[in-house]
Amino acid sequence: MSLLRIRNLSVDFATASGPFRAVDSVDIDVDTGEILAIVGESGSGKSVSMLALMGLLPWTATITADEMMFDGHDLSKLGPAARRRIVGKDLAMIFQEPMSSLNPCFTVGWQIKEALRFHLGLDRAARHARAIELFEQVGIPAPEKRLSAFPHQMSGGMNQRVMIAMAISCRPKLLIADEPTTALDVTIQAQILDLLTGLRKETGMGLVLITHDMGVVAETAERVSVQYAGQKIEEQPVADLFATPHHPYTAALLDALPERATEKKLPTIPGVVPGQFDRPAGCLFSPRCKFADALCRATPPKPQGRDLGLARCHYPLNTDERAAS
Amino acid sequence: MLKYLASRLLTFIPTFIGVTLISFSFIRALPGDPIVVMAGERGLSEERYAELVKQFGFDRPVYVQFWEYLTGVLQGDLGNSFVTKKPVWDEFFALFPATLELSICAMIFAVALGLPAGVIAAVNRGKFFDRALMSTALVGYSMPIFWWALLLIIVFSGNLGWTPVSGRIDLVYYFPNATGFMLIDSLVSGQKGAFASAVRHLILPTIVLGTIPLAVIARQTRSAMLEVLGEDYIRTARAKGMPPGRINGIHALRNALIPVVTVIGLSVGTLLAGAILTETIFSWPGIGKWMVDSIFRRDYPVVQGGLLLIAVMVMIVNLTVDVLYGVINPKIRKR
Ligand SMILES: Nc1ncnc2c1ncn2[C@@H]1O[C@H](COP(=O)(O)OP(=O)(O)OP(=O)(O)O)[C@@H](O)[C@H]1O
Ligand code: SF4
Ligand SMILES: [Mg+2]
Repeated sequence: MSLLRIRNLSVDFATASGPFRAVDSVDIDVDTGEILAIVGESGSGKSVSMLALMGLLPWTATITADEMMFDGHDLSKLGPAARRRIVGKDLAMIFQEPMSSLNPCFTVGWQIKEALRFHLGLDRAARHARAIELFEQVGIPAPEKRLSAFPHQMSGGMNQRVMIAMAISCRPKLLIADEPTTALDVTIQAQILDLLTGLRKETGMGLVLITHDMGVVAETAERVSVQYAGQKIEEQPVADLFATPHHPYTAALLDALPERATEKKLPTIPGVVPGQFDRPAGCLFSPRCKFADALCRATPPKPQGRDLGLARCHYPLNTDERAAS
Repeated sequence: MLKYLASRLLTFIPTFIGVTLISFSFIRALPGDPIVVMAGERGLSEERYAELVKQFGFDRPVYVQFWEYLTGVLQGDLGNSFVTKKPVWDEFFALFPATLELSICAMIFAVALGLPAGVIAAVNRGKFFDRALMSTALVGYSMPIFWWALLLIIVFSGNLGWTPVSGRIDLVYYFPNATGFMLIDSLVSGQKGAFASAVRHLILPTIVLGTIPLAVIARQTRSAMLEVLGEDYIRTARAKGMPPGRINGIHALRNALIPVVTVIGLSVGTLLAGAILTETIFSWPGIGKWMVDSIFRRDYPVVQGGLLLIAVMVMIVNLTVDVLYGVINPKIRKR
């Protein structure tokens, strides 16, 4: 069953220099218990699309969507109060910056128990017990003692564990992890990812993993959605994406990935993502695409069929695949 | 923490001596001779004048006078008033409760209105309430106290007859001065109507004195809240599904309180300065009025001692504010 189904999501920001479309008609599907990775260069609208789903964008953002179904509720039609009963409980999110994502004025225990009180209505003793249990679950040593610590008294890795514990405290059905390890050092990164995939296995929650790291994608994700300049330009199961990318951008990303390299960060390809003022008329990737021709520059491509990974391209790659199978 | 307190107390010493010096020179820099002022219209003979100059020690060099004064102060002796001959210390503490009561009420007024106003303005940034509030705050901030007091007196005492114009309580009530705080004393006295009368006397001076701190606190709260509302941890609180009232009033406000407590602390100095004017306008028998009267009488020991004690009050308040920081934000306590 589809847990999350978003159709035609767009987000426009009102900026001082006019409107700016950060997310452009994106479709997202996540099944129960599935891990979807969203990859893309900086500024491709990964965070904004998920923040739109959570309802966390500032007031300058205008969100439009044909459909935002989560677990049987259309989030775009819910009022703020009804939405708050879902967000933070069934739908949870953790952020890139663990150090600044926790409130410096309150103990981490206070911050985790707060959600337990609001969503689950647990009494004081039950909250305490559950908080300890959660801290144990995310691998925080001496949980009893840690509850009364303030965020600045702990490391970034520990803070991110607290964030994860907080996010899973009400047993969410879907967890969105927005680059959860970028701010942490490498050994901690692996631990946090293991923790997330382990939790997925234990609890059966769906997981959306936003990342720059193709290595992480290959190891953890089941399906991959590639975003470019606010659009989803390709989506495939992870093995197929690595074997037969259909969009030239995906192919360029994979080509640039150094083989067996220790540095598995998102590889760089020449040129930059178009911004607010240099959006091309046709295909958004055309200024950087080595296959671009007059048609590409004039007409924006529509997504291809599922068999071609929904690639937004006039000339998808690896099409012989289809003929062969 | 104790070490920190001790080091802060050490820095008080130079400040203390500086304030003593300034207050000592300030009153002497004013033209006018205390002995002549004291003698009044009648004037006095040459011999009597010389006698008094000797008695007050004005014949000795100024630095000797200062040294004597300073050593006296360090031993807790602020001297006696030229006019009443009573120790400055005693006069100060007899009048201080009146000023303290007025200042506390003004501060409560300013905080009780300024904090929520600033929070609401920040949450509704750019909307009507925000604009209206901030323009009002600007007016309140730049309003001359004297003019504002007269306006209120004309409207509420003159036209409407709701509030008395001067003093702390109607003269029909009399009861012992137990604490010096009229609100408490009147309540304890059990006399019917005494408390209400005390409250009515307090209203206008409180508003007049509290207006500038109110404007400052509202503006500071608003800007601190605006900054905090953009922080990541506010997004986290919203991601947890917390209701907006709780996010603004607890998650954000607690963080925004640091700069606000700073301006509250700084306002205490302004408040005491404002008290001098307010007390004069409303004939409020506190140290403000006492100081003004003493300046006109060139009552050197009173002016010097009064200024010094006010400065010490301000220093104590600032120290309290520093300690409060740590209570509000544990991150600061660590340093
Ligand atoms: N509040 C905002 N106002 C205006 N523009 C915004 C706002 N938030 C994000 N944007 C813009 O939207 C675009 C997409 O941003 P987003 O944060 O989603 O990128 P991202 O794919 O998550 O990148 P990164 O990998 O760096 O996190 C960017 O160009 C960004 O400048
Ligand atoms: S549409 Fe043209 S420019 Fe765009 S990705 Fe495909 S081949 Fe390249
Ligand atoms: Mg991002």
